[in-house]
Amino acid sequence: MAKTHVSTIINGEPVEFLCEPQQTLLDVLRDELGLTGSKEGCSSGDCGACTVICDGNMVCSCLMLGAEAEGRSITTVEGVAQGDHLHPVQQKFLEHAALQCGFCTPGFIVAAKALLDENKNPTEEETRYWLAGNLCRCTGYDKIVRAVLDAAAVMRAEAAE
Amino acid sequence: MSYLDKDALKVVGTRPIRPDGVDKVTGRANFGADMTMPGMLWGKIKRSPHAHARIVSINTDKALTLPGVKAVTTRADFPDIPPEKRVLGAAPANLWDLSRNCMAKGKVLYEGHAVAAVAAVSPAIAEQALDLIEVEYEVLPHIMDVEAAMAPDAPILHDDIFTAGIEPRPTKPSNIAKVVRFAKGDVEAGFREADVIIERRYTTKPVHQAYIEPHACLVSVAPDGQTTIWSSSQGQFMVRGYTSRIVGADIANIRAIPAEIGGGFGGKTIVYLEPLAYMLSKKSGRPVKMVMNREEVFRATGPTSGAVVEVKIGAKKDGRITAAQTVLKYQSGAFPGSPVQQGCICGLAVYDLPNALTIGYDVLCNRPKVAAYRAPGAPIGSFGVESAMDELAHELGIDPLKLREINGAKNGTKAAHGPTWVNIGYQQTLEATKAHAHLKTSLGPNQGRGIASGYWHNAGGESSAACHVNEDGTVTVTEGHPDIGGSRASMAMMVAEVLGVPFETVRPVVGDTTAIGFSASTGGSRVTFAGGMAVTQAAQKVVEELKKRAAITWDISPDAVEWKDGKAYPAGANAGSFEPLDLTAIAGKSARTGGPISAEVQINAQGQGPGFATHICDVEVDKETGQVKILRYTAIQDVGRAIHPSYVEGQMQGGVAQGVGWALNEEYIYDKDGKLENPGFLDYRVPVASDMPMIETVMVEVPNPRHPFGARGVGEVPIVPPMAAVANAIADAIGVRLRDLPMSPPRVLAALDQVEPMRQAAE
Repeated sequence: MAKTHVSTIINGEPVEFLCEPQQTLLDVLRDELGLTGSKEGCSSGDCGACTVICDGNMVCSCLMLGAEAEGRSITTVEGVAQGDHLHPVQQKFLEHAALQCGFCTPGFIVAAKALLDENKNPTEEETRYWLAGNLCRCTGYDKIVRAVLDAAAVMRAEAAE
Repeated sequence: MSYLDKDALKVVGTRPIRPDGVDKVTGRANFGADMTMPGMLWGKIKRSPHAHARIVSINTDKALTLPGVKAVTTRADFPDIPPEKRVLGAAPANLWDLSRNCMAKGKVLYEGHAVAAVAAVSPAIAEQALDLIEVEYEVLPHIMDVEAAMAPDAPILHDDIFTAGIEPRPTKPSNIAKVVRFAKGDVEAGFREADVIIERRYTTKPVHQAYIEPHACLVSVAPDGQTTIWSSSQGQFMVRGYTSRIVGADIANIRAIPAEIGGGFGGKTIVYLEPLAYMLSKKSGRPVKMVMNREEVFRATGPTSGAVVEVKIGAKKDGRITAAQTVLKYQSGAFPGSPVQQGCICGLAVYDLPNALTIGYDVLCNRPKVAAYRAPGAPIGSFGVESAMDELAHELGIDPLKLREINGAKNGTKAAHGPTWVNIGYQQTLEATKAHAHLKTSLGPNQGRGIASGYWHNAGGESSAACHVNEDGTVTVTEGHPDIGGSRASMAMMVAEVLGVPFETVRPVVGDTTAIGFSASTGGSRVTFAGGMAVTQAAQKVVEELKKRAAITWDISPDAVEWKDGKAYPAGANAGSFEPLDLTAIAGKSARTGGPISAEVQINAQGQGPGFATHICDVEVDKETGQVKILRYTAIQDVGRAIHPSYVEGQMQGGVAQGVGWALNEEYIYDKDGKLENPGFLDYRVPVASDMPMIETVMVEVPNPRHPFGARGVGEVPIVPPMAAVANAIADAIGVRLRDLPMSPPRVLAALDQVEPMRQAAE
């Protein structure tokens, strides 16, 4: 079957690619575009390691076809930092030691950014439920939740300045 | 020289940002599946649909004719491994079993057992080719349950396995691969002395390590045999050695490069994919990448054993235990090697027992071959012992913590399995538990509190490390252990402490198998202990060299130079008067004083300190749904010395979460044909963020004098107490004892129905 031509925006840059009809957005990101920051943990939408933001919505890129990216704007983990300036969520993950193996981390970073884009002052419970679609097997979530709440506080303080 | 005086430390004990952190929060870090090579093919595995069957024939002709398919491999390509080559170095794996686990020979022994593999130009074509491989099976009766597998008339997995550990040697093959036994004193006499005896039976289900990163590798074999393996594992030297024996290659021809590893928990201490990718690469002449999907991970890797645990404990009215006995029956899966011996040892090791007996059975069944899982074997036996201790406390009317204080192991206690304890911190964990605010809070209706303790040996063993002073005075430290949870930070911290330089000037690197000397795998909570000892010694040798270089510069004796805060000083007035020299000054002139400044150290580390922990868990039981919510959790552990406290806390918290999953939800569910029904994260439910509270940690520090900084392993013992802590809390909440894991909502409801029949009638 002929490949599909797709024009999209990834991390603010216009991108064109060809993909097979069955390729997921995750396959395209990783295997066609070299954006291997998004991880494949389950390919069934259960682990969240492939989380990206598509037109402002948090999605599992393994559950979206590459062809569906046409005309959309996608943010992956590679687009969260601005140049050498880390996003507060990234900085707080480092300070709180909120990662051990680091494999689920890209998905958590994107999911946490999506949370804080939407809710400037989430409670612990809201944070836990928002992140419930992202599995971490190393940390027990304690330091991840602390990092996200701390990042939210930093972002509120920055916004108030 | 030792660094046991905590107050004198400047770097160790602080919480710097890990050196590999930015790579991991920005998506730069390269894990197993993230590497590509020019001309790379994709490999996929054909797996058995049957739990137990004889392979009558395999026909790969059609698959090979599919355009895009470049190679197919079956068992016929793999050599048999003669008995003298089945173990390698000090590694515990039987490589003949491992070889037949990677690719079935003669019979398939579990659903998902590999029978063939394909390499093609795309993953889709490789998948298509799998369907074209024709395998004819003769289906055999299968056996899943551990006690059914032990029965004399059970279907036999291997007709060449005769139970080891009993005399005389049996004449009939058996699924009981091994019997182990440890005894102290006279248990029968001990039980006669007892005022109260508790005798209970507990069961656990197989659970998977459930690392989020599926197994992955990329292998390139050149026509002359020179091979590069890029893979995610807990040991690049393990990958190199095991693959070499399974494919029949020389170790020197294989360079194994450790990818970042996305979790292992013991499950990546053996190989599955690398030998298959090797064979496909060799046959196709092109690099081959193989990545498992989650279903394959569940069906064909890990898990740890499901088990039956029988516990009998006798005590006097005052709480003093007179005898304890455990009988453990562990599933090993398709090949021998369950961690039953560790279960036997660890369950009883927490206590000072005058009389003890423990017997363990290693039992084959038609399930995937078990792999190590965090404190392998210990959580299972301890679930039984720590639950029984709680039941005993209830029976005696003694507080469960008090019962543990009365009977807990101390320095000088002779453990049931032999050693006499020195420098252990179990009683200190009990003191810290007793003092913790958690115990002083009150509980509401349907809420309960449980405590449980745990023990793990920790490991030492072979490690190499190199410390290089760069031309500008910065430092590179190379170690041989994959960094699974932040160990690079700990290594750099210990080196910075010894050299007296800022942490940020030390760059830690995990070397490939050609860049650093042999190092045993990341496992057994050994890396900060053994690897830390190696990097410390390498840095100490560098300090000696730096003093020598300063002495040459000053033309005085090296004995007249002292090293302090990162600089060489004349040792006293007699040594002369010179401006101090730091690393930058010495390294910049190294060509004039003898050349590059480096040291490499190889050790076989001994003296790992045992690890003890005590946990407190509060739960609330929803009597309508049977759901158990963890309200509060505190983990108290003797960590020796916390090198990087944040990552020590992280190990404790992660162990607790895995234990909570094991306690409440996780289990393998098979249908009557021996096929796994829940091979995905939707139905095999690991804890998510909304299932857990914050996990409080108390790091008790009883330094291990055999380590330069006092470290003892910390990663494994925190998974030992949680299952019993949760069970004990549930019993406290609703007055019902659950003895079968997982304590999932249906089981909790069933237990409630037993004690509250009116409830059932009312519904």
